Amino acid sequence: MGGLLKPGVYFMEGNEACAEAALLAGCRFYAGYPITPSSEVMHHMARRMPEVGGIFIQAEDEIASIMAALGASAAGLKAMTATSGPGLSLMQESIGLAAMLELPVVIVDIQRAGPSTGIPTLMGQGDIMQSKWGSHGDYELVAYLPSNPQELFDMTIEAFNTAEEYRIPVIVLADKIIGQMYGRIRVPDPSELKLVERKRPTIPPEKFMEYLPFDSRELVPPFAAAGEGYRLHMTGLMHDERGYPNLSKEASWRLVTRLVRKIRENAKKIAQWDEIALDDAKYVLVAFGSVTGSAKYALRAARSKGIKIGLFRPKTAWPFPGWRIEELDKSGEIEKFIVIEVNMGQMYHVIREYVKNAEVIHIPYAPGYLPEPSFILENIEKLCTR
Amino acid sequence: MPTQVPRPKTIPVFYPELCKGCGICIDICPVKILEFAPEFNERGYHYPRVKEGMESKCIGCRLCERYCPDFAVYVEVIK
Amino acid sequence: MVAKLPPVYKDIEPLLRTERFPTIWCPACGIGLLLKTFAKAIVESGIPPEKHVVVSGIGCTGRIAGYLRVDSYHVTHGRAIPFAIGIKLAKPELEVSVISGDGDICSIGGNHFIHAARRNHDINVIVVNNFIYGMTGGQMGATTPKGARTMTSPYGNIEEPFNIPLLAYAAGASFVARWTVFHDKQLLEAILKAFEIKGFSVIEVLSPCAIYADRNNMDMLQLIRILRTNTRVKHDASLEELRIEPGKPIILGNFVERRDRPSFEELIYGIIKKCKRG
Repeated sequence: MGGLLKPGVYFMEGNEACAEAALLAGCRFYAGYPITPSSEVMHHMARRMPEVGGIFIQAEDEIASIMAALGASAAGLKAMTATSGPGLSLMQESIGLAAMLELPVVIVDIQRAGPSTGIPTLMGQGDIMQSKWGSHGDYELVAYLPSNPQELFDMTIEAFNTAEEYRIPVIVLADKIIGQMYGRIRVPDPSELKLVERKRPTIPPEKFMEYLPFDSRELVPPFAAAGEGYRLHMTGLMHDERGYPNLSKEASWRLVTRLVRKIRENAKKIAQWDEIALDDAKYVLVAFGSVTGSAKYALRAARSKGIKIGLFRPKTAWPFPGWRIEELDKSGEIEKFIVIEVNMGQMYHVIREYVKNAEVIHIPYAPGYLPEPSFILENIEKLCTR
Repeated sequence: MPTQVPRPKTIPVFYPELCKGCGICIDICPVKILEFAPEFNERGYHYPRVKEGMESKCIGCRLCERYCPDFAVYVEVIK
Repeated sequence: MVAKLPPVYKDIEPLLRTERFPTIWCPACGIGLLLKTFAKAIVESGIPPEKHVVVSGIGCTGRIAGYLRVDSYHVTHGRAIPFAIGIKLAKPELEVSVISGDGDICSIGGNHFIHAARRNHDINVIVVNNFIYGMTGGQMGATTPKGARTMTSPYGNIEEPFNIPLLAYAAGASFVARWTVFHDKQLLEAILKAFEIKGFSVIEVLSPCAIYADRNNMDMLQLIRILRTNTRVKHDASLEELRIEPGKPIILGNFVERRDRPSFEELIYGIIKKCKRG
């Protein structure tokens, strides 16, 4: 395929790797707005999109960016935008629209310190809750938690596949460190890449009167793009299988349950996490994103001091693998879950939701700054006995 | 005596179930041959009818047809 | 599909989702007339219906997408234009039209409106101006005439309204026109012109609103009479003259037609053609 990165090993900035991954995944539409520390994704797209025959536009604001991406998705293209916390906040209404119209789209959030303007040039992990609950009403989406540039690359490709498979908006929750650091990126051979395309109607366009754009007989309805002759209607209003506004209790219940079941019933397929040294652990350290590296150092040091502690690292914030936390908690072996994150308590609440027996402790850290391994170790020593 | 050009016989035909009783057609008719019927449709709107005895007065201007926002009236040419 | 409409509409009936008729709009609301005229325009455009796309926003006018049997998208408030741009950029061969209200396009959507005009995107924007936010119960909007009474201007509107044709032209639109829903023949021609022009087209369409009439002690038939008769057609009017003031005749016409600049789509596809590898 002309213009795409050839397989091999590269030394690349995370943001650039993200852009290249998207192109490899088949993304051919990018609309964005400058915001530190995500702008490099856009810069690379500005230069590379035309080289692969795709569309790039810098929009007038984040809302126009996500809406243009949704329009391109409605027309059948794999579309993406990248932003940071404040931009994600602006996009929330449109994320709800993406969920309601079931339009696949990928939103990369290179998190920075918040709240508000915060510290644009330093990392943050403050969008965990916003990524799931930021829009109004009920919907489910998937959010990935890369911890280094290679994972940002891999998870961007995976994000497109997940978006296409379930017809949902998918968020990639990276942060400034991962986005703007250089790392070793292995670009796989195209034969290794499995790409997912959205489900298509089995009815031919001539039979458009029979096509149901929001067919509820299966969890994910078949998608027809604009301009294919299906004469479909999509509305953000509560709608029925025909796509027409329908405010009846039956239609409301049917639609909203299907929208959440799409992900809830596939959570075990979609959710990902890593476990280190949990087999004999009395304590579980929970960390994610760029804190992972620091947490692993602290873990090693704590183990060498005889503390039976392991690491649970979520790789998807949503759906969250709560069942595994429940399992660990029910085993009776775990005394404490220690959640370390660079915010004042977000993943902490998610862990708390699944733990009934053990204690859950939160260790916040100043937005903008990575907790050093020594800081994490100090806290482990304070909370854990050998 | 100027030559009389015969004009086709025309009459407004109403689709009561589409009507919302707005009265635009009644108001716009230049020869004022329309009025609300005493009957009403399923939605409770009175719909128009040609006034009794005025059927031959329709001039076929089609203003009622053009300005009905609900596609509820058209002007039929009577053979 | 069983015919529901009078036989005179047999050509446009396939373009209308008649299974959803009667429409949601108030009795005497003018949007139904725009629906009729736009459907006629689709038929007369010579562009197959499968190539037409309509995007609308929130408000009474926004409901029009739900009644047109083409690919139609009823999106969030103010955001129809960027969504439409996404579709047009992805599939430039499609005829993409945005049909939405004055509040949706010029207030919450104002920023998208001016930037789309600036870039000269090849889309058609029909702004139905009924001088109020009707769907939500009658609040003032950016086009409410000075002095008018609404739920949020109970003592009379103190604000100056936008002059939409002037705004569109200043921002960079290629084709700018203003008609009312009652000037259906001229409106049809203007819509066909908008389809034809490769650039940003804006047609302001004035329409009577039952809520506006009610809040301003008018009955609909009075308001309709004003929009039908207190108007003058003046294609060569200066854009400043197009200001709508109570009492003054409203000027209608096709005011701006610029064919001297490429559309955004032409330019961006030019870049792709130059840069595409392999």
